[in-house]
Amino acid sequence: MCYLSREQSGLMTPLVVPTSAGDTAWLLISAALVLLMAPGLALFYGGLVRSKSVLNMMMMTFGATAAVLVVWVLGGYSIAFGDDVAGGLMGNPMQHFGLSDLVSGKADSWLSVPVILFALFQGLFAVITGALISGAIADRARFGAWMVFVSVWTLVVYAPVAHWVFDFSREGHTGGWLANSVGLIDFAGGTAVEVCSGASALALALVVGRRVGFGRDPMRPHNLTLVMLGAGLLWFGWFGFNAGSALAANHAAGLIFATTLCAGAAGVLGWLAVERVRDGHATSLGAASGMVAGLVAITPSCASVTPIGSLIMGASAGAICAWAIGLKYRLGVDDSLDVVGVHMVGGIVGTLGVGLLGSPLAPTAVAGVLYGGAPTQLGRQAIGVVAVLAYAFVMTFIVGKVIDKTMGFRIDPEHEVSGIDLVVHAETAYDLHATAGARSGPFGH
Amino acid sequence: MKLITAVIKPHKWEDVRAALETVGVTGMTVSEVSGYGRQKGHTEVYRGAEYDIALVPKIRIEIVVDSDDVEVISAAIVQAASTGRIGDGKVWVTPVESVVRVRTGERDEGAI
Repeated sequence: MCYLSREQSGLMTPLVVPTSAGDTAWLLISAALVLLMAPGLALFYGGLVRSKSVLNMMMMTFGATAAVLVVWVLGGYSIAFGDDVAGGLMGNPMQHFGLSDLVSGKADSWLSVPVILFALFQGLFAVITGALISGAIADRARFGAWMVFVSVWTLVVYAPVAHWVFDFSREGHTGGWLANSVGLIDFAGGTAVEVCSGASALALALVVGRRVGFGRDPMRPHNLTLVMLGAGLLWFGWFGFNAGSALAANHAAGLIFATTLCAGAAGVLGWLAVERVRDGHATSLGAASGMVAGLVAITPSCASVTPIGSLIMGASAGAICAWAIGLKYRLGVDDSLDVVGVHMVGGIVGTLGVGLLGSPLAPTAVAGVLYGGAPTQLGRQAIGVVAVLAYAFVMTFIVGKVIDKTMGFRIDPEHEVSGIDLVVHAETAYDLHATAGARSGPFGH
Repeated sequence: MKLITAVIKPHKWEDVRAALETVGVTGMTVSEVSGYGRQKGHTEVYRGAEYDIALVPKIRIEIVVDSDDVEVISAAIVQAASTGRIGDGKVWVTPVESVVRVRTGERDEGAI
């Protein structure tokens, strides 16, 4: 990701990079900001479902945070950022087991920040990407099946894709094929995070199937104030996601801060404009969704465009995603919280957008077609989108099917109707009635 | 003794309560309910998907009164709750066989 490759930055990276206090401080903060996106997403998703399944929705994000981080430390980081062992397809899965080789700091010479911090920063990207998928299977998935799925998915889908997209080659290290052979520019994860989570969500929605009453019952968001709060936290955390991906406290991080801000703002306006014209009302859910759509699109392109470019990028993503979320009803796919319509579609807009709106003055220094550049970069971006989309969809479908056939992915339809929170977690989110009953069982249990 | 039950629009509740106070009603049971009549439901749009919401929120007021006071109290509710538009609600009266005040054990008229 993330860090600019030597060719892109136009600088020759010295063999030994001294550790920078400023860069390290910014990456520590950025990693914590990305972690804050997890509860942000939990609130965003939690508010969107009905009150009988809000806890399960939030638990899928919290569960993913725990499971993905553990898997990442044990094997995910090695597959993503270990020395390539399969022609650019995956890193050596045992190289950084338990991050043991990063403890002493001897391996820090290729970055201006501690590599162990880089490793966990990347792990938090895996967390967000995995948690995003849960929006496609709201209200109906067994919690154990989800935890197994997201753990396996991290190793089989996310880590290889992160290797392709984010692992740049350097002296003594060979990275992934999209970053190095193809020349894809995906600064903070338009393909690896957004298209990957969206395509995986589509596959998993197909495996798990539609909710009981999909398209018939009013499945209204039960708490839009939670959605707005969650969206706000996501935007805040996104500065760590994008500007943190500079892996340095420098000019690039500053520009990325600007483009991330602009794209979120323009995304709100783009989505609301479509709603106002099509439905007659500018809605709060539309504002929150448009913001996310704009941020999704700027994720791959944040270091490639001007502020004006980021406004165009955000507004286009807001408008296109506002239109795209209606497709699920026509296709009959219950992608419950529109992971495909927002993240996959927004990720495609942003990734291709680099080839259209890229400015030669921006850190990645590639001119898009609209800036008089050749269409070559647009082609590279398209290869990245197609490769990640196809791989994530197929592999997620297989992993999901195996879990469905062995463990079973869905809860009982009767329990789904009565509410998953009570059945799966033995809890209810809101105690709205004081007459709920008396305590049973021994005290001090 | 009679039970007056009124179902009204939620935003008229304060007006109705004030009107009941002026005609001497000192207590009542109020609940938030939902339902529909000629008003039907309404439409909500989330991410472009339209939902027909059949049930409209209403306030239900229940008051047990002396038979002689029924007309005055009913009239007070109707006047205060009226907006002249569809969905204003209904007021109906049913006979009550007996009443006991829990604290004192007083019965019927003495318990109202």
